[in-house]
Amino acid sequence: MSPQHPASPTARPATRDGAYEASILPLEMREVVYEVAGARLIDGLSLRIEQGPRTLILGPNGAGKSLLLRLAHGLIRPTRGEVLWRNRKITGAGRGPRRQAMVFQKPVLLRRSVQANLDHALALHRVDGDQRRARRDEALEATGLAGRARQAARSLSGGEQQRLALARAWALKPQVLFLDEPTSALDPASTRAVEEIVEALHGAGTKIVMTTHDLGQARRLADEVLFINRGRLVEQGPADRFFEQPQSREAQAYLSGELLW
Amino acid sequence: MNDLIQSVGEALRLLTSLDPDLLEIVGLSLRVSLSAVALAALIGLPLGAAIALFRFPGRQALVVLLNALMGLPPVVVGLVVYLMLSRSGPLGVLGLLFTPGAMIAAQVILVLPIVAALTRQAMEDLWSEYEEQLRSLGSTTARAIPTLLWDGRFTLLTGILAGFGRASAEVGAVMIVGGNIDHVTRVMTTAIALETSKGDLPLALGLGIVLLTLTILVNGTAELVRRWSKDWAG
Repeated sequence: MSPQHPASPTARPATRDGAYEASILPLEMREVVYEVAGARLIDGLSLRIEQGPRTLILGPNGAGKSLLLRLAHGLIRPTRGEVLWRNRKITGAGRGPRRQAMVFQKPVLLRRSVQANLDHALALHRVDGDQRRARRDEALEATGLAGRARQAARSLSGGEQQRLALARAWALKPQVLFLDEPTSALDPASTRAVEEIVEALHGAGTKIVMTTHDLGQARRLADEVLFINRGRLVEQGPADRFFEQPQSREAQAYLSGELLW
Repeated sequence: MNDLIQSVGEALRLLTSLDPDLLEIVGLSLRVSLSAVALAALIGLPLGAAIALFRFPGRQALVVLLNALMGLPPVVVGLVVYLMLSRSGPLGVLGLLFTPGAMIAAQVILVLPIVAALTRQAMEDLWSEYEEQLRSLGSTTARAIPTLLWDGRFTLLTGILAGFGRASAEVGAVMIVGGNIDHVTRVMTTAIALETSKGDLPLALGLGIVLLTLTILVNGTAELVRRWSKDWAG
């Protein structure tokens, strides 16, 4: 499988009439706090994510990596602080700009065929007719699932299900793709297939923002690293610098395999 | 004992000879119950899904009420519908009393809470699994309803079948609003009650056998569909 995205590597996603859209980036978080039942899970986090480099979010369990993605994607609302896309504030959960897509750790697939899963996502984005068929087929081809189009989605293997989740994101042509530990439950072959698709999406101009526990994967994929711990941003910078010369004591401990709490 | 054996024999003869009276009663029963279930599903499926997905004041009380209404006594429903449709009632102008239409209306009231309550439970379970993914794809809560109804279709079949079981087996409501008029509103359950009181056991038994067979057939088919769907859709 060698994914080929039709868009040129530098192109922005195009609208249905072929015009190029303005980027929704940068993504900014300003003093974001997120609390559940009095527990502060995200603690005054501020950051800025720009168009371009693949951003990997690292940190120990419970650091708030998945919450950060959900806050950015608009699935949950911050208790305090602001999430802004190109200086525009998100006003409510689920109402963020949908030029983003998200792939979860455990893919949730509809109880339908592989292609019906893609059709449903495209229908939600009001992509109809020939355009829908074209984008569906292109996404299936790119993720190596063309031969499984009519199969029940939930009968696929774990790796194939995650590829279908990526195909669903591919078909939507997002400007930003959030991936929440997409390979944590996969074997090395499936992990490689997922990484190839992520690479192809990045090559086509999609901004990749991904969390992972796998430092090897982070070294393979990251251009930029955000290291968070206990709901706070500890360090943000180029991947090479982070891995060679981490600035913070916490990042040094994390990279050397010490237990953080 | 001999009477019973004779009655069963006669009932089987009526069935195998496709007795026109018996067929007419079976046909009307199916028409009334299937129409009632179809109407109840049309209202109950989206209603149950909406109660499952939306949060509003009084929602919990509505859920309790809906669950309680699953056990509505048919004679009470019959009485209320009778009062509504009687000549002096608010809907008397429709002229529906003692027609199959009145029987359908009564059965819709009996079946609707069953379909809506079971749909609410099934949709709540499915929503907890799908919500984050659907919101991530940009779906609104209202737009999620058809998605969930379609993906839960095989589970919802159970609720619809429970409704059909309720409609086809009840006698109190259809007796009151239909009047058990021969060739007009006589259905299987009212005919069984009447023929038994008259001592005509063969016809009552024959109808009983048809009712039981239908119930087994419908539920057997549903079980097959459920198993097939579980294998296919997961």
